[in-house]
Amino acid sequence: MFSYTIKRFLMMLVTILIIATLTFILMHSIPGSPFNEERTTNEAIQANLEKFYKLDEPLPVQYVNYLKSIVTFDFGPSIKKPNETVNELLARGFPISLELGLTTILVAVLSGIILGTFAALKHNGFIDYFAMTFAVVGISVPNFVLATLLIQKLAVDYNIFPPATWSSPMHMVLPVLALATGPMAIIARLTRSSMLEVLTQDYIKMARAKGLSPFRIVVRHALRNALMPVVTIMGTMLAGILTGTFVIEKIFAIPGMGKYFVEGINNRDYPVIMGTTVFYSSFLVFMLFLVDIVYGFLDPRIKLHKKAGDA
Amino acid sequence: MTIHHEQTNVSPKTVPDEWFRKKEKDLVEAEAVVRPSLSYWKDAWRRLRKNKLAMTGLVFLGLLAIMAIFGPIFSPHAVDDMNLPNQNQSPSSEHWFGTDEMGRDVFTRTWYGARISLFVALAAALIDFFIGIIYGGFSGYKGGRTDTVMMRIIEVLYGLPHLLVVILLMVVMGPSLTTIIVALTVTGWVGMARIVRGQVLQIKNYEFVTASKSFGAKTPRIIRRNLLPNTMGPIIVQMTLTVPSAIFAEAFLSFLGLGIQAPFASWGVMASDALPVILSGHWWRLFFPAFFISFTMFAFNVLGDGLQDALDPKLRG
Repeated sequence: MFSYTIKRFLMMLVTILIIATLTFILMHSIPGSPFNEERTTNEAIQANLEKFYKLDEPLPVQYVNYLKSIVTFDFGPSIKKPNETVNELLARGFPISLELGLTTILVAVLSGIILGTFAALKHNGFIDYFAMTFAVVGISVPNFVLATLLIQKLAVDYNIFPPATWSSPMHMVLPVLALATGPMAIIARLTRSSMLEVLTQDYIKMARAKGLSPFRIVVRHALRNALMPVVTIMGTMLAGILTGTFVIEKIFAIPGMGKYFVEGINNRDYPVIMGTTVFYSSFLVFMLFLVDIVYGFLDPRIKLHKKAGDA
Repeated sequence: MTIHHEQTNVSPKTVPDEWFRKKEKDLVEAEAVVRPSLSYWKDAWRRLRKNKLAMTGLVFLGLLAIMAIFGPIFSPHAVDDMNLPNQNQSPSSEHWFGTDEMGRDVFTRTWYGARISLFVALAAALIDFFIGIIYGGFSGYKGGRTDTVMMRIIEVLYGLPHLLVVILLMVVMGPSLTTIIVALTVTGWVGMARIVRGQVLQIKNYEFVTASKSFGAKTPRIIRRNLLPNTMGPIIVQMTLTVPSAIFAEAFLSFLGLGIQAPFASWGVMASDALPVILSGHWWRLFFPAFFISFTMFAFNVLGDGLQDALDPKLRG
């Protein structure tokens, strides 16, 4: 287990390095510089600007500086908003995106598992059909369509929830609902199918024969094993949700990472694009790493290391 | 086998030979197959046909393809016909799906959008298919160290956040049809390669492959005749599920302003353009593209599910 963790950790570092390098190469192959605007800048000023942002140095030096900035976690000042650093943008935007993302995944996982479990317990019953219809619809309707529908109906027509921004728990309801429905549908389907499989196994019959209460059988015995596939997809799902927040943030005018990222892209603001991409991807890769490690601990059947005596 | 009591009393010695008659061997009749033999594909199709939901999806996709090809012909308006006095008209006999803020006909644009969205999705799925088969097939067939190295690369790529990479590529290459397809496939082939490799790894050790080898079949023949046909099921399922995610990704990019540029429009661009005006009650602007995005994704999803069941050899009845 320990050596697996180390190996997995090294792989995570390689992935982050690849992302960083890729971002660097891509950013420097974009035609046009951040100083290209309608007004022509004095050449001396231009040179000074490039000097200030260290864009005048040869590319390998820039690359090393860039890697250093990643390790020291200091992405430098933004080019378009010179009095702000990328770190400040991240500190402002990321907590909001993270809050939206984590709330979403919490809602999606809990409701997805509950829905899937009930569907499996009432196999081919009304709840099952309802849950699976809901799941197929949930997978098919893109979150931005759902978001618009929710705003139109619940915010504009019936005025139950505020339509935009991010300031109170009431403001969170619609964006979270829009973002959580898809993942919830996927989790519900997964839980249902693996639950159906687990429920036919002998140890469940054994638990029934022992006279355990149905609640205890389902929660303590069946669900534990049925949830393994759900844990497997958690990593990629989390990545999907956290990048999915970009569009939802735009629709609901939430001042999260997405806003700064898209602004950075439109302004060719190199430090902002590189900083946000590397930070965001590193975070996602780290989550994927955590999920893998947790999975190793959860599933006793996975023996990641064959050495005797290794836990 | 029924035993007749009178006969059981007869001792073997007293059984007269006349009791036995040699039956004419009818070789033709013995070998005759009463029911038509079902190939793997016929059998899968038979099972798919029983799945009503999957067939609904298939029929919908067929109609959609027909409309994407011929739909614009039914309309007197061209895709980029602007008519400013006619802007944001609700659906009428003149404009079946209404018009947008430039007075363009939404009906015509929907079918042009269908062409682009479906083209992007199918192209992405096909390219994934080829790269995935070559990479995954090679890795799985070679095995050993090659496989380990190739799979390490895949694992690292799998960890990349796809949408971020796609966004970066779109920024660098500039939004166009080719860029979207390239961006989607750069990250998309990894899933396919994993599936192909897993299948090949499993199948290459089966007896029929060994038999083939012992008859002197060469590697290309084994890959073509033994390995590929038997991996087709999961591959096709994966392709059907790639399409909705490509359609979704394309729409997602359009929302960030990185979609197809005017005068063309994909469904994603149309839906994204409709967002600012939806609150002024121009519901048809969002409804039609959103409806077709959702229904196409629905159709591909249920078809993929149906195919998964139909193509699974374990479920062959």
